[in-house]
Amino acid sequence: MIALLIRDLRLAFRAGGGFGLGLAFFLLVAVLVPLGVGPEGATLAKIAPGILWVGALLACLLSLDRIFALDFEDGSLDLLATSPIPLEGVVAIKALAHWVVTGLALTLVAPVLAVLMNLPVDGYLWLVVSLAAGTPALSVIGAFGAALTVGVKRGGLLLSLLVLPLYVPTLIFGAEVVKRGALGLQVGTPLLLLAGITAGSLALLPFAAAAAIRVNLR
Amino acid sequence: MSIWEYANPKKFMQTSAWALPWLTGLSVLCLIAGLIWGFFFTPDDYKQGSTVKIIYLHVPSAMMAINAWVMMLVASLIWLVRRHHVSALAARAAAPIGLTFTAIALVTGALWGQPMWGTWWAWDPRLTSFLILALFYLGYIALWQAIDDPDTAADLTSVLCMVGSVFALLSRYAVNFWNQGLHQGASLSLDKEENVSDVFWFPLLVCIAGFVLLFVTLVLMRTRTEIRARRLQALLARERLA
Repeated sequence: MIALLIRDLRLAFRAGGGFGLGLAFFLLVAVLVPLGVGPEGATLAKIAPGILWVGALLACLLSLDRIFALDFEDGSLDLLATSPIPLEGVVAIKALAHWVVTGLALTLVAPVLAVLMNLPVDGYLWLVVSLAAGTPALSVIGAFGAALTVGVKRGGLLLSLLVLPLYVPTLIFGAEVVKRGALGLQVGTPLLLLAGITAGSLALLPFAAAAAIRVNLR
Repeated sequence: MSIWEYANPKKFMQTSAWALPWLTGLSVLCLIAGLIWGFFFTPDDYKQGSTVKIIYLHVPSAMMAINAWVMMLVASLIWLVRRHHVSALAARAAAPIGLTFTAIALVTGALWGQPMWGTWWAWDPRLTSFLILALFYLGYIALWQAIDDPDTAADLTSVLCMVGSVFALLSRYAVNFWNQGLHQGASLSLDKEENVSDVFWFPLLVCIAGFVLLFVTLVLMRTRTEIRARRLQALLARERLA
């Protein structure tokens, strides 16, 4: 399993792997939004939590179709399905690799972009905490969507249509944590609910995704 | 006799052919009676005036928008467990109907909200979760259309329906948490003291019955169409081989 994780990470970091694309996209969102809504600090500070979370979500979405599609095309997914590791484990590892490349990286650069978005200082810690707690859910939900559409040619748009509604609860609680944190309010409730969604998705969705892959490999 | 007999497409076609005219007649009757009663023979509300009468369309379609998804969930589970094709086709047939009911609920709500709340749209939890429900329907329908092999499509959409149900419920409670509501609370519950007045309640009940019958009729019709389309494909495939 660790070998698979290392392989996926290596593929992602090498040329054409898409690492950095998500980060660049995240940066572009944080640059374009102030250009669109105007440079007033108060407005930006107000919308910063939402924009940063929506940006992270879309950046995550960009690389989802890579999770299984390339392996499906060259046949490695068939090999993985017949390997001694359970397919559920394969899904979990691939979601983990996707998270390291996108979610973790986004979490680490988020404070820099928060400066651009004029987020109040109290919110920085909660931005990092909420992204760290919420992005694993984004990756594993995305892996489920990617598993559903792996057999579809040019399934990128379909994948977004399937996955974005599933992201709604994560987005709401994640942005709520940052919003409350920035205002200096209690963040306990939304943070626990966010962590709960992540834990539940991590526990259950690999099974659904593995079932979808089995159907697609039939 | 068991209910699984109707999973046989032939038996299903026979029974539904017999039942359809009755169901069609009953649903038309209920809808005409309920809507005419509601529109012309109930008093205006003292606060909302005649706009209150939109509830005869709004409430039943909103109820059926949710019930259609529940029916799809049950049909998907039956397909996954017992592999009855009629069940998968019924789930497929119900999705566009559910989406239409969702759209009717949203549009009638907007028409009522403009004079009453002063706005077509507000990010109220109920409104928002209905919009999200519409997105779930769209994704489900899109997945059906994207996959060529019918059994693969049925399996994948069933899994999506199950996961989607969980996330739709989560979203419902998440948006509750996210914003305070403008929409009035439930006023048709069986277990509450204060409900909508009987003058409005009885015609509304007839309308709800009409919408339920309409839904069943449409699902049966569309399922019959799907079965015929499937048979046609089988015939064409056989001819190509011959």
